[in-house]
Amino acid sequence: MKAGIVLFPGINRERDMAIALTLASGSKPRMVWHKETDLSGLDLVVVPGGFSYGDYLRCGAMAAQAPVMRAVRDFAAAGGYVLGVCNGFQILTEAGLLPGALLRNAGLRFLSMDCHLRVERSDTVFAGHYQKGQVFRSPMAHGDGNYIADPATLDRLEGEGLVAFRYATPQGEVSEAANLNGSARNIAGIYSPNLRILGLMPHPEDLVDPLMGGTDGKPLFDGLAAAFAQAA
Amino acid sequence: MKAVVTVMLKDGVLDPQGKAIGHALHGLGFSGVGEVRAGKVIELDLAETDADRARQAAEEMARRLLANTVIESYSVRIEG
Repeated sequence: MKAGIVLFPGINRERDMAIALTLASGSKPRMVWHKETDLSGLDLVVVPGGFSYGDYLRCGAMAAQAPVMRAVRDFAAAGGYVLGVCNGFQILTEAGLLPGALLRNAGLRFLSMDCHLRVERSDTVFAGHYQKGQVFRSPMAHGDGNYIADPATLDRLEGEGLVAFRYATPQGEVSEAANLNGSARNIAGIYSPNLRILGLMPHPEDLVDPLMGGTDGKPLFDGLAAAFAQAA
Repeated sequence: MKAVVTVMLKDGVLDPQGKAIGHALHGLGFSGVGEVRAGKVIELDLAETDADRARQAAEEMARRLLANTVIESYSVRIEG
């Protein structure tokens, strides 16, 4: 798997992401600076977490205008695979690659804790090593993860099966109590219509090794590595 | 010309900051305060000298960057 990780000033989770990708695929991802525009040869572009441009104006708003994001838009339009985590998800929505927006957490607090995610479908390259309905634990760390979109967009996402993960209890119940940041319909992550772009707020890359406290996030990266190993 | 762009969360979009400010005002004894909404004000110094064109430019900037129209609305005021 040839993965690239896009770097903006203020991004700070790129090394976690590199560890997870390397562990799963055996090959180190390429770091792509925000001024670069060449994404050729990549199977997957990852927009990692952090605080790009200090979250000025809105989370992800500045990064969405960077030169590399024009290249990411072209990459996605050509059918490329894109993963956005946390600030990366916010950047993908600001760039118009995924619908909706991420608002301030409903409780106003920055939430740095574990959450549980229910897998809504497993027939994608991202979730192929999970089972549909499976619940896995994932760290999360964000102040603005409260997913919102207009009701028509939410209905379309649900109707077309584009909800990737929902906040749930460890037992898999999608409840208000499990919806830590107040997201619409407990949505933690969504796909593009072609299922090749995934954005999610939690950090599965931070739970991929027993030394990190668990491996709940590893199937996501194993699935990607397996999908692109077959393709190669 | 100077353009002043005001960006607010759309009606119906939960504004937790506004709510928190409202709670704090009540805590200070301002019991007559109803709903509170928080937004941003962005001032732009523009080289443009025509008010209409300055407004058009500022509105384009608001649409493309200053506001996220999924969740925010904006208004533009031109000052001489």
